[in-house]
Amino acid sequence: MSFFIASSPHNHQKRTTSRLMQLVLLAMVPGVLAQFYFFGWGIVWQLLIAGFTAVCAESLCLIARERSPLRGLQDYSALVTAALLAVSIPPLAPWWVIVIGTIFAIVVVKHLFGGIGHNIFNPAMAAYVLLLISFPVQMTSWLPPVTLSGESIGWWDSLRLILVQYTSAGYSVDQVRAVATGQLFDAVVMATPLDQIKTDLAQGLTLSESLSKPIFGAFAGHGWLWVNVAYLFGGLMLLQQRIIQWHIPAALLGALAVAAIIGSLAAPDALPGLNIHLFSGGTMLAAFFIATDPVSAATSNRGKLIYAALVGVLIYVIRSFGGYPDAIAFAVLLANLCVPVIDQYTRPTAYGQAGGQR
Amino acid sequence: MIEITATSPLHHFPGGIHPPEQKALANQTPIQRLPLAPMLYIPLRQHSGPAGELCVQVGDHVLKGQALTQPGVDNGLPVHASTSGTIVAIQDHPLNHPSGFSGPTAYLQPDGAEQWIERQPIDDLSRLSHREILMHLQLMGIAGLGGAGFPTARKVAGAQGIDLLIINGVECEPYIVADDRLMREHAAEIVRGSQLLQTITAAKQVVIAVEDNKPEAIAAFETVLAADANVTNTMILRVVPTRYPSGGEKQLIQVLTGLQVPADQLPADIGILVQNVGTAFAVARAIDHGEPLIERVVTITGQALSKPGTAWIPLGTPIDHILSVSGFQPANKQRVIIGGPMMGYTIASLQVPVIKTTNCILAPSAKELAPPEHEMACIRCGACEQVCPASLLPQQLQWLAKAKDYDGLKQHHLADCIECGACAYVCPSEIPLVQYYRQAKAEIREQLIEQQKSEIARQRFEARQARLEREKEERLEKHRKAAEARKAAQAARADSGEEDPVKAALARVKAKKAAQQAAEPASESTDAPADDKKAQVAAAVARAKARKAEREAALAQADDQQKADDDKKAQVAAAVARAKARKAERDAAAQQEKQEDGESS
Repeated sequence: MSFFIASSPHNHQKRTTSRLMQLVLLAMVPGVLAQFYFFGWGIVWQLLIAGFTAVCAESLCLIARERSPLRGLQDYSALVTAALLAVSIPPLAPWWVIVIGTIFAIVVVKHLFGGIGHNIFNPAMAAYVLLLISFPVQMTSWLPPVTLSGESIGWWDSLRLILVQYTSAGYSVDQVRAVATGQLFDAVVMATPLDQIKTDLAQGLTLSESLSKPIFGAFAGHGWLWVNVAYLFGGLMLLQQRIIQWHIPAALLGALAVAAIIGSLAAPDALPGLNIHLFSGGTMLAAFFIATDPVSAATSNRGKLIYAALVGVLIYVIRSFGGYPDAIAFAVLLANLCVPVIDQYTRPTAYGQAGGQR
Repeated sequence: MIEITATSPLHHFPGGIHPPEQKALANQTPIQRLPLAPMLYIPLRQHSGPAGELCVQVGDHVLKGQALTQPGVDNGLPVHASTSGTIVAIQDHPLNHPSGFSGPTAYLQPDGAEQWIERQPIDDLSRLSHREILMHLQLMGIAGLGGAGFPTARKVAGAQGIDLLIINGVECEPYIVADDRLMREHAAEIVRGSQLLQTITAAKQVVIAVEDNKPEAIAAFETVLAADANVTNTMILRVVPTRYPSGGEKQLIQVLTGLQVPADQLPADIGILVQNVGTAFAVARAIDHGEPLIERVVTITGQALSKPGTAWIPLGTPIDHILSVSGFQPANKQRVIIGGPMMGYTIASLQVPVIKTTNCILAPSAKELAPPEHEMACIRCGACEQVCPASLLPQQLQWLAKAKDYDGLKQHHLADCIECGACAYVCPSEIPLVQYYRQAKAEIREQLIEQQKSEIARQRFEARQARLEREKEERLEKHRKAAEARKAAQAARADSGEEDPVKAALARVKAKKAAQQAAEPASESTDAPADDKKAQVAAAVARAKARKAEREAALAQADDQQKADDDKKAQVAAAVARAKARKAERDAAAQQEKQEDGESS
């Protein structure tokens, strides 16, 4: 009888990469539900289109690289990338926006750099930046939350808007938005809270005047507050399941909070405060789902703290002084660039290498 | 000065994991004695370090405890007959080693009498010198029973006057319960062995360390320590939290003292010695009873066995004997692991014997320890780094190992990896990290050996070149001297005196000149020597003629011989011809007869 030869260790924690990625997708569900509640069916279609595109692009890349597409797809990483991109773009953006973004993320950012584990940049964020720069209009056309406008667009009209840019009644996205926003703000076009602040400040309004607009609600941006809370909840689930470590979310949110407090103390009427920064835009999504992407983040614990703090500070700086309303993608990409340096200088001291240190 | 009290705080080592312990499979029953195997295979080398020299022969009858090898020139660790019987062979046999290689092994056929050799216990340690005590431990074949089997005498010799002796009863590896059962059943002897080791090393303090998942062992020690009046207050028991790999020598030191053993140093360099509880027990048996190390407790466990447990196994007992009496039901792709699931190794042949370092035989079902699956790409998740007890960067090491970047591996302290397997255990991509490290370590070692070899080759080449050069010069020198000697001799012959050669040469030249001058007027006087020459020539011609004649005579003789041979051949040919003729006649006659017959019919 011949016996099976294997290398130690012979037992293994039953948590595979596939399982990790599945859990990440699962943890995104609360946030997606919140976005669905406030912004309608668009998000569902975007997720489906992105997922389909990602699977196709991943398979083709794996075939071109002479690897098994079935085994490659099993790690679910392509779907996570697709989902992160889909929840980041406006729900009613035309279909080709998400398709181009997903293909760019998978083919260029991931596979041209060597496939899973080898990409320098976070694929979803690199794709987001590509889309934002290439299609600024489509990428900033958010609808106001349904709860404010009272106008909800059905699943069929959402799909038609995404695919052919007209509802069954013949309205274009701009018309729908004009109707929705017009009822509220007298032709104020911009619709995300961070956008609103930036525009208002540029127009010479003070922060408190801007914040008194109905889109902000009581605490942070209307609707956006709950979306962020939902992603925070999902992120805490990941922490509790030990899919991610606390270092990145804590350092990112901490650095952002410190920067926001210093900023609002220095210029209370020109710079938005802590609540806006933490609970508007993609802050929680970034802290728990995007910056924690292990491939493009720093590896050691100390490195993770530095990396995430850098992301947090960059988010604040770009939001406050940059040309774009939100800054997650830029901040993450810039921090990605610093990872090799961070890794080099945050190596832990190996056992016995400290010269008998006590 | 390290000092540990019963309440001094414990420290943490970084990382670590909590794999399923699975200890209850085998630790519920007392240590058994299994029936003796029909043949014991005792490898001559069972530990790290050189083997001893063989001191028995095939056919010898040996007694239980009799040494089969002695330290010899390499100062190796002896092995002993585990029972009485006959040495029926000494030959290569599969070794209990991950390589699966074979090595010299004594085949001992037990006679069943279990007849002991005369044992020589040491009643009073103080009557022996330190050297003699260490020699006794070595002759008793004591090796570390917890890990690599380092000879105990050597380890103890390097740790004199230490601050702290740690008796390691942590046994953190899943499944293994050999130490657990030994501590429960023989706590007193372990304490005795610890005291002996303390005496031998002059250690200021002894700490027995046990993981908190072994309450029975802890209770056993507490009872012994409380009851024994001989236990000084320098020996205490410390319970450490269960976390793999807290039983690793370096990790245990860190947990108990907060100190790290500096890289490239030994624990003794910071005043610490760690010995396994099994080793302490063996030391007690060797000194108090004069028993060499011929058996040990082995954990026999895994769900492929219907009767798991622990047993005293005579060294050399083949694994298949142990498994067959433990209800082994092998499945497809069955693994048999020597050691635990984290650091053990699989064996290909069940003929391999139990040796001094074998603490566990694990035959798992595929369900309890799933066979390895496909390695997936590293996603840099860093889980490995979180669990590494040596604070290494397993992920970086993996990239470097795959890239064969040996300098990078050195910079990342690959040598400090203890191969505990925690990184590979948590890796979500099921990358066999430890396998990569082992391979890289082996390649680095290989490279080092190659370097040393090429260095030696270079030195030898240069030495050879130097030697050739030297020899050439010596030859030239010799020739020169010989030439001079010849010249001198010639000069001596010419002058038949002890004259200076130069003067002699000058004299010869003068003489020549004078002779020439003298010869010119009297040239006709040269005829006489010419006649002599003619006579010589004539004589030479005569000699040549004689030789020729001789040769011709010899040739003639040879010709005669040839002729005689030719005659014989001719005779034979004639005989053959005659025979043929006769045959032809007969044939012709027969033909005629036939024809006649035909006509007549």
